[in-house]
Amino acid sequence: MNRLLDVWRHSVLGRHLLLAVIGLAVVVVVLEVVGDFRALQLAAMAYLGIAAGGLTVLTGINGQISLGHGALMAFGAYTTALLLDDPTGSMPISLVVLASTLVALAVGTAVGVAAARLHGPYLAGATLALAVAVPGIALYFGEFLGGEQGLRVSLPDVPTWALDLEYLLTGTEMSRSQYVAYLGWITLIVTFVLLANLARGRVGRRWRAVRDDEVSAELAGIRLGRARISAFMVSAAAAGAAGSVLAITARLAAPSGFTLVLSLTLLTAVVLGGLGYLSGALIGAGLLTFLPPFVTRIGGDAGLSDIRAAELAPLVYGLVMVLVILLAPAGLVGTTRMAMAERRARRQMAAAGKTDSPGTTHPQHDSNDENDPGTPQASGSTTSKGSTR
Amino acid sequence: MKARLLAPVAGLLTATMILAGCGAGGDRESDSGGDGGGASDVGVTEDTVTVGGHFPLTGVAAPGYSEIPTGAQAYFDYVNAAGGINGRQIEYIVKDDGYNPTNTSQVTNELVLQDEIFAMVGGLGTPTHSAVVDFLNSEGVPDLFVSSGSLQWGDDVESKPYTFGWQPDYEIEGKIIGQYIAENMPKAKVGLFLQDDDFGEDGEKGVRQYLDKQIVGVERYTSGNTDVGPQVAGLQAKGADLVIAFNTPAYTALTQLTSLALGYKPTWFYSNVGSDPQLVGSLLNRFSEGAVEGDNSSLNGVLTTEYIPGVDATDDPWVQLWQEVWDQEGEGGELTNYRIYGMSQAYAFVQALAAAGEDLTRDGLVEAVESFEDVTGPQLAPFRYSADSHMGISGMRVVELQNGKAEELTPVLVSDIGDAPIEEDSSDQASDAPPEGGIPDGS
Amino acid sequence: MQQLVNTALGGLTLGAVYAAFALALVLIFRSTRIVNFAQAPMAMVTTFIALTLIDAGYSYWVGFAAALLAGLVLGAVVERVFIRHVEGKPEINAVILTLGLFITLHALAAVIFGNRFRSFPAPFGLRGLEVGGTTIRLTTSGIFTIVAVATVMVLLMLLFRFTDVGLRMRASAYNPEVARLLGVRVGRMLTLGWALAAVVGSLSGLLIASGGLVHPGYMDSVVVYGFVAAVLGGLESPVGAVVGGLTLGLSLSFVSGYLGSELVALAALLILMLVLTLKPGGLFAVASARRV
Repeated sequence: MNRLLDVWRHSVLGRHLLLAVIGLAVVVVVLEVVGDFRALQLAAMAYLGIAAGGLTVLTGINGQISLGHGALMAFGAYTTALLLDDPTGSMPISLVVLASTLVALAVGTAVGVAAARLHGPYLAGATLALAVAVPGIALYFGEFLGGEQGLRVSLPDVPTWALDLEYLLTGTEMSRSQYVAYLGWITLIVTFVLLANLARGRVGRRWRAVRDDEVSAELAGIRLGRARISAFMVSAAAAGAAGSVLAITARLAAPSGFTLVLSLTLLTAVVLGGLGYLSGALIGAGLLTFLPPFVTRIGGDAGLSDIRAAELAPLVYGLVMVLVILLAPAGLVGTTRMAMAERRARRQMAAAGKTDSPGTTHPQHDSNDENDPGTPQASGSTTSKGSTR
Repeated sequence: MKARLLAPVAGLLTATMILAGCGAGGDRESDSGGDGGGASDVGVTEDTVTVGGHFPLTGVAAPGYSEIPTGAQAYFDYVNAAGGINGRQIEYIVKDDGYNPTNTSQVTNELVLQDEIFAMVGGLGTPTHSAVVDFLNSEGVPDLFVSSGSLQWGDDVESKPYTFGWQPDYEIEGKIIGQYIAENMPKAKVGLFLQDDDFGEDGEKGVRQYLDKQIVGVERYTSGNTDVGPQVAGLQAKGADLVIAFNTPAYTALTQLTSLALGYKPTWFYSNVGSDPQLVGSLLNRFSEGAVEGDNSSLNGVLTTEYIPGVDATDDPWVQLWQEVWDQEGEGGELTNYRIYGMSQAYAFVQALAAAGEDLTRDGLVEAVESFEDVTGPQLAPFRYSADSHMGISGMRVVELQNGKAEELTPVLVSDIGDAPIEEDSSDQASDAPPEGGIPDGS
Repeated sequence: MQQLVNTALGGLTLGAVYAAFALALVLIFRSTRIVNFAQAPMAMVTTFIALTLIDAGYSYWVGFAAALLAGLVLGAVVERVFIRHVEGKPEINAVILTLGLFITLHALAAVIFGNRFRSFPAPFGLRGLEVGGTTIRLTTSGIFTIVAVATVMVLLMLLFRFTDVGLRMRASAYNPEVARLLGVRVGRMLTLGWALAAVVGSLSGLLIASGGLVHPGYMDSVVVYGFVAAVLGGLESPVGAVVGGLTLGLSLSFVSGYLGSELVALAALLILMLVLTLKPGGLFAVASARRV
């Protein structure tokens, strides 16, 4: 136990891997308990979470807004659909996800290069246009990409080793839904470990530096363009992986699945959870997966007609967005953390009062934090404010 | 310090647990329905049978389509009020998918795995429903009467044994329209105005079987793009004097308004989906100030097809039944053609339930629908269901709109996909009336 | 030839609507440095208010005036109640807030006004005018649209260039602290900016609705193209917004007519990227000095 704590304290990678193992254990426990429907819902939460995690890096850590991440997911989803076009396909599923990630990475690089020069609302406009434009590509190349109907995804059978492992561990058969959910969550854990490591490392510090103050970053020898493009690439790769999981979960890649609404959903997830925190992205994704059906059900139980109950979900969803921004702009995770930091500070202050050492009144800013709690909210000037004038 | 370290883990843990936990119960036994249906009777109890459907209740596709389930609901309520079928009340669960296939897949999971529906009834849309058709078939859930005229619901029984189409597919509609024009207007220069998906594609395939040589221009519009000016101007430039349009009702109004602005006056032949004279007429009547003439005359002279009687046919006994059902059980608002569509589908489902008998099983229901050949209902032409084909209604007639009413131009014509010939319907379904009480008996 | 002319005229009329919408965005951006994504549903709501009045038997122009007035009030209320809290905060907060309002207003309208198609009357004729024996796609209503947008653009330019209020609004936007020191009531100016912008937004909603169909989502495509138009023009300049709107309307009309309507959005993206690559601040960007 002490060794584990040692690892926790001294190695970033070690800490993330430990967290990943714990996360995996939780996932296994949960997926073994819930039924098929919840498993598929959790798979949906996983793909939203993966994409929101990528967007967290871009928007929360690097300060670039993207309204077009749904479009990047589409590239991942279509790659998956093209690779999994018949059930006898022999390509291992992990390679399929990897290939989807790479395709989105390539597209993301191109977009990132074009976007690196843009700021704030200009970037928002460009990515918005991207979100709306991409579905049209699937229509234009209808022969190849299936047009409006999209491409079906034929999921190959659950591999024998997975069945064996499941049987060994639990004595039950693994259902397809469970398999899909495992796939989604393992992808999520791998993605998050990679993202967290990047964000904690040198690259992440550069991203933050560029977000917080372009001029100082440049003076410190950081190439702004490069930092922006690399953040976009990483974020697009995550979107690609998410798109792949989406296609596998929904068994389809179709243009109407990648409308602007999806892009906005991702942005919402990121902000609801707390901008800049990977854990926030996950919580946001959970909220957006489970809240709408829950609200609709309540509406239906309260005797509303189906149509009105259906409108209730977007209504609540919109109100939650508004309220979070007005009342807790740091998001759920950010607000909780701030409250905790404040409490700690008060406790320390009380302790300091006793020992009469006023030097420690500030909440300790622990650099071991998962991410920098100094999200854009804390930093006075944001990139675009200064530069668009 | 320690609490600090564990915070993210705890957060993750609780979040997942809470979210996963809020209703984990009740899912376990659903696996029983997983393997091929068999003799399972998921969703059936002594006195209830639960069915579901997915429709766009929110978003851009909702106007119009969201009325379909209200019609079906009203008819099910009507049947329930009379005691249900075989002593079972029909519980109908409607889920919103916003016309987004990803959502369709989620809500279908919910319907099948959590709500444990016995059958899917009337799931709407081609891209949306194709996202779930494989799942429904692998779970052995009867997937009756898909609300879409795509061919794929019925032409491949082997791979989709549980799925059935309902409305006449777009291809036979195209064939019937094509033949009518080839025979009656052989000199017309035909333009096609098509929605850019399977609807337009299948329709075009049917039309081209009969008048490939007469077609002078094809324009496609993308659903959601409301400026059809460039497309209509394109048809005008090609000199088309007759336009066959496979589009939705809103686009019928838009093409009418656009051609008014362009001074373009071809004969319009709208497919059944887009013609809805009540809806389109009411939309166009507003623009009376020196624009489109008032009254019901805005669509005068427009050609279209019909396969079930619509609200304009107030003398039709079926429409009278629908009016009575809507007055009794409807949720307010007036009876519309979308609602009649939902009711007609619901009627066919009730027929299937009645025919499947007291021992209701999923496979029994499928067998009952496959032997539907003599079954009559509001549809003008018989169903094509058999063990080899799950295609829906076999035909329609060509009509001309005058003052908001449909005037017959041809008898009911029936056909099938591919090069099956077009023949006059001999079943005389078009002139039947609903049974006493408006509820089909078990056969 | 006729097709060419008609496609161009259709594009111009559509472009005028994008321009009106872009003008509203520019107004808000100039006064609060915020891009208002809720602009479209706000305009949708005011259009529905007009429609309700017209349905109740009032004339088109009563509905028209009521919608503009409702826009004025709605704009001021939204600014005071919601936007005030995110002014000066990171711009992502404002983006999310206005997107949240977007979704909320949308759902509310669907519940209150019903999610179905309704027709919205036109103030003037919908028949194309005849020129030399052929009908061209320019209707009296279309001319009204173009004239209305041109008038608004000129009025706004006059407001910002020559009036005291305009000057104070600009000062409040560019440097609130200094403006405050100079005795400008900054808060009031921001509210005024939003109110005026919402009026222009309502106008664009009415113009696009006239002689067409409305439902709660009818403005959705305008959000995207109006925003793209505003960004094209540089977000700062009323002239830029109008030029951006007309350029976009024209180009998209030709793409739709000659290449295929599924490529419209893609073309918008390409045009935007092309312009932004050459001029990252838009066509009419004010020469920008980076603040250090």
